[in-house]
Amino acid sequence: MKITANAIAGSLESNDVLVRVSPAEGLSVEIESIVLQQFGRQIRQAVLETAQALQVEDAAIFLQDKGAIECTIKARVETALLRAKGETA
Amino acid sequence: MRRTMLFVPGNSPAMLLNADIHGADALIFDLEDAVTPAEKDAARVLVRKAVQALGYSGCEIIIRINPLDSAYIKQDIDAMVPLRPALFMPTKVASAEEVKQISAMVAAAEIAYGIASGSIGLIPLLETAAGIEHAYEIARSDPRVKAIFLGAEDLTSDLQAIRSKQGDEILYARGRVVIAARAAGIDAYDTPFTDVNDEEGLEKDARFARSLGFSGKAVISPRHVTAVNVVFSPSQIEIEYARQVMAAIEEGERLGKGAVSLNGKMVDKPIVDRARRVLDAARALGLGGIEDA
Repeated sequence: MKITANAIAGSLESNDVLVRVSPAEGLSVEIESIVLQQFGRQIRQAVLETAQALQVEDAAIFLQDKGAIECTIKARVETALLRAKGETA
Repeated sequence: MRRTMLFVPGNSPAMLLNADIHGADALIFDLEDAVTPAEKDAARVLVRKAVQALGYSGCEIIIRINPLDSAYIKQDIDAMVPLRPALFMPTKVASAEEVKQISAMVAAAEIAYGIASGSIGLIPLLETAAGIEHAYEIARSDPRVKAIFLGAEDLTSDLQAIRSKQGDEILYARGRVVIAARAAGIDAYDTPFTDVNDEEGLEKDARFARSLGFSGKAVISPRHVTAVNVVFSPSQIEIEYARQVMAAIEEGERLGKGAVSLNGKMVDKPIVDRARRVLDAARALGLGGIEDA
C-alpha cells in the first residue's frame, strides 16, 4: 500500500495514542510514550505488525502514546495509514 | 436476558477498555451519535480491534449503526459483521420497509464473510413519531428483529414535546412500544435515564419502565448498571411467591383439583405464567437458590 499523503488518527486523551503518518522512503517508527521504558518494544512491534498487515513498506510513523493498549495502538495506526492512502475502514 | 444495555462510545479507548467490568448484560458499541462524522472510520476500526482483542465475554455485543439514509451504514455493517455481534441496532427506524432493507444488507455481508445466514439479529431503535406509529409493523417486519428499543431524546425532539424527568411526554410511546413488541412476541427495551447523578430518579424511572412491561433498559453511564440490574431482576419476595404458586399448582394437580387457591386468592393461568417467568429469570440469574438447569 502506497502512502501518498499526511494523515492523523487518535487523540492525546488518556488511554489513546495520536498517530501521524507521512510519505517516506522505507519504514520509520518514532514513539513518544509515558510508558516507553516498559512497553516501547511492544508498541513498536504493534506498529510494525499493522503496517505489515496493510503491506505498507514506505512511511514515516510518529506516535504520541498516552497509555494506549495494543488493540488501540493497532487501530489508530491502521486508521492513519488508511487515511493516508485515501481509504476508509 | 438483557436487564441492562450499556452504551459505549465507539471512538473512546478509555470507555472500551473496561466496558465489561460494570455488570451490564449487553454492551452497545455506538457508531452513531457518539461518533463525529470525521471519526466514523476510526470508530469502526477501534471497535473491531477492541472486540477482537478483549472479547467482552459475559456481555452480549450490540452494535449501534448509522441510519439507513446516512453515508455510513453499509461500511458499518461490512466492518462489524465479521465480529458476529448478537444484534445490530439500526437507528431512527421509521418503517418495516427500512428494516427489510437493512436485513438484506446484513444478509449480503453474512454471505460475504461466510457467516450463517440470519445469525445476526436486529433491535431497531424507534426514536421518531413515524417509528412509534409503525412500531408493530417494525416489530414483526423481519425474522431478524429480536426486540425493539425506545429512544426518547430524539423522539421528544421530533414530537416537539418538552422532555421531563418524570417522562409524562413519553408515556404513550412507552406503552405503544411495549404493546407492539409483546404482540409480535419479542422484547421491548426502555430509553436511558439521562441524569447521571440522580440515582433516586433512575431507580424510579426503571421501576416504572419495568411495571409497563419493558424487559430491560439502556444506560448511558456505568454508574447506572447496578441499580437497573436490580430493578429488572426478580426480588426475593417475587421468587418466594412464584415458588408458592408453583407448589400450589402441583398440589392441586396431585389432588385432582380443577381450581387452586393461594392465600385465599384463586391461582389462574396468568398468575402461573408470571410465576414461571419469575422462576426462569431467577434461574438464569442464579438468584434465590435456584440452580440453572
